[in-house]
Amino acid sequence: MQILEWGFVAAVLLAATPVLYAALAGALSAQVGVFNIALEGQMLWGAFAAVAGSYYTGSAWAGIAIALVSTALFSVVLAVGAARFKADPIIIAIGTNLLALGLTGFLLRVLFDVSGTFAPRGLEGIPSMSFLRDIPVLGPVFGGQTVLVPLAFVLCIAAGLWLRNTAPGLRLRGIGEHPEAAASLGVDVARTQTWTTVAGGALCGLAGAQLALGNVTVFTENMTAGRGWIAVAAVMLVLNRPLWLPVACLGFGAAEAFGFRLQGLGAPQQLTDAAPYAITLLVLVATRLRFGSKRALPS
Amino acid sequence: MTVSTGTEAPPEPRSAAARRLLGVAVRHPAVVPLGAVVLALLIGAVIIAAAGLDPLVAYAAVLEGALEPGSLDYTFSVWGFTCGMALAAAIPLRMGEFNLGGNGQLVLGGLAAVVVAGALPGPFAVPLALLAAAVLAGGFGAISAPLATRFKIPIIISTLLLSPVAVAVVSFLIRYPLAERGSGVAQTAQLPEDARMWRLPELSYSNVGLLVIIAMMIVFWIVDSRTAVGYELRVVGANRRFGAYGGIVVGRLALGAMAAAGAAAGIVGAIIVLSAPYRLIDGALLSPGYTFAGFAAALLAGGRPLLIPLTSVLFAVLQVGGAAMERSADVPRQLSDLLQGVVIVVLALRTVLDARRTGRSEH
Repeated sequence: MQILEWGFVAAVLLAATPVLYAALAGALSAQVGVFNIALEGQMLWGAFAAVAGSYYTGSAWAGIAIALVSTALFSVVLAVGAARFKADPIIIAIGTNLLALGLTGFLLRVLFDVSGTFAPRGLEGIPSMSFLRDIPVLGPVFGGQTVLVPLAFVLCIAAGLWLRNTAPGLRLRGIGEHPEAAASLGVDVARTQTWTTVAGGALCGLAGAQLALGNVTVFTENMTAGRGWIAVAAVMLVLNRPLWLPVACLGFGAAEAFGFRLQGLGAPQQLTDAAPYAITLLVLVATRLRFGSKRALPS
Repeated sequence: MTVSTGTEAPPEPRSAAARRLLGVAVRHPAVVPLGAVVLALLIGAVIIAAAGLDPLVAYAAVLEGALEPGSLDYTFSVWGFTCGMALAAAIPLRMGEFNLGGNGQLVLGGLAAVVVAGALPGPFAVPLALLAAAVLAGGFGAISAPLATRFKIPIIISTLLLSPVAVAVVSFLIRYPLAERGSGVAQTAQLPEDARMWRLPELSYSNVGLLVIIAMMIVFWIVDSRTAVGYELRVVGANRRFGAYGGIVVGRLALGAMAAAGAAAGIVGAIIVLSAPYRLIDGALLSPGYTFAGFAAALLAGGRPLLIPLTSVLFAVLQVGGAAMERSADVPRQLSDLLQGVVIVVLALRTVLDARRTGRSEH
């Protein structure tokens, strides 16, 4: 089996992309001191909204827009609850994750009269960048991908640089570092937390859209299957720094793509399914062994 | 939020006394959970109505489906499993930790029980199977404690990452090494007669396992309210640093709490497997969603042992009645998950009440 062929690189990028969008959302929230574990449910809602949007409008781009806007709205519950009303973001997130699971399953039955899987004939997926086909390297890696795949990496790096090098980025980091100090410098802490979390919701909408209209063209119940939790773990792994997120998420993408290959070779699916979680946890433990006492998350 | 309209609704407070009475009423500890349930049911009703269906018919179908005499036996057993999984959530919740790995602990308990009971049929099969389930699932749950204290990985994250690994491994074992020979279904062989949970007279779903779960709840109540450990749990839950300052070894407490939580979930898994159809079927322990129903019940009870049996009734009724509702009122059973989520969100947002109150006192 050849591992370093371009097709494998493409598969790794594809598997990493939805997780990367969600992880960027989580990292931004963490930077402003909101522990965001609602990524799983938001991504699931985004996937459903994208498929429903594409189905009703006939356009995948409209599906992406609907996923983006509606997931941002969905995240308002967490954003306003945690920032404005000082509710426990963990409990809200557990609730909204269950809510997303129940609501998407419910709507699947009510709107489309199916349960489990919705893949209507003619559902528009996001078009791939086929104009790259004939360019060496770029062609085999990105030619079959949607534009959302490179965008995820660009956004991540842009967000990392913005946080590090600009004044608004500094203010944002200050909130997570020391909210009282930020407030006394005139930063509206609750408002920034709210908008950052809502922006994270929009990113999770993109994660869901890429998952349901890019990686595949179908919605299945609970199709995020724990990717939102991998994203949370990735955020912890890189100590909330978006610049490092692509590395962590590519690691997950490699584990998943490698698992698919092993399955193709006859390895039992149950064990390859478990691998990304086990590997994520082991890597977390290993990095904590090295960096010892560094705290990654606001507790 | 509708819960709070009680505080704001009176346009001209007639007297200070009436206002004070309202204030006291709103502060009553039962107001928030009851309000959360009422609000969740109202939101559910709006969603059902928006789907073009009749909420009253749907809710009536839920109640009828769960509480008609013929299904009470089944509802009771579901209530027991929900209570058991609520314990698995509530014990760590008492000290402010979240155990979201109930699924993994549940299936490991089922696995241990089916292996031990299958290997040692006889009078001791059931107690040994329960013990094995408690040890395996308790040990698995306990892993999260050192991960939190040594490696600073929050318990909520490690339980969530460990759980799918356990589920996948058990699923693999059911499909390959432990699979029933000659069966196309992913399941283990049926347990022999003398390796099954003892029955209760005239009941077919509820059995002695239900009594085991009730005993676990009584133990939790006693430990929580009458022992030093229970006190320590609550102190750490209220203020971790104060607890540590007062000499409580938080790491050891977390180890015990997670082991107990895992053991509770494991025993639930064991009881399910030792009951009809007396085998471990891939996915069957997880599809009813006991873990999160139990989690919602524990949150609604605020982790308080005496309230868990009450709050579990709600989620057991929703779970059993949900299927009936789907059959007779054509409302998808996913409504049960949805309502669980809404109850949890509304509970979390109870801080809105505090914000309103402090907002008013500033005027």
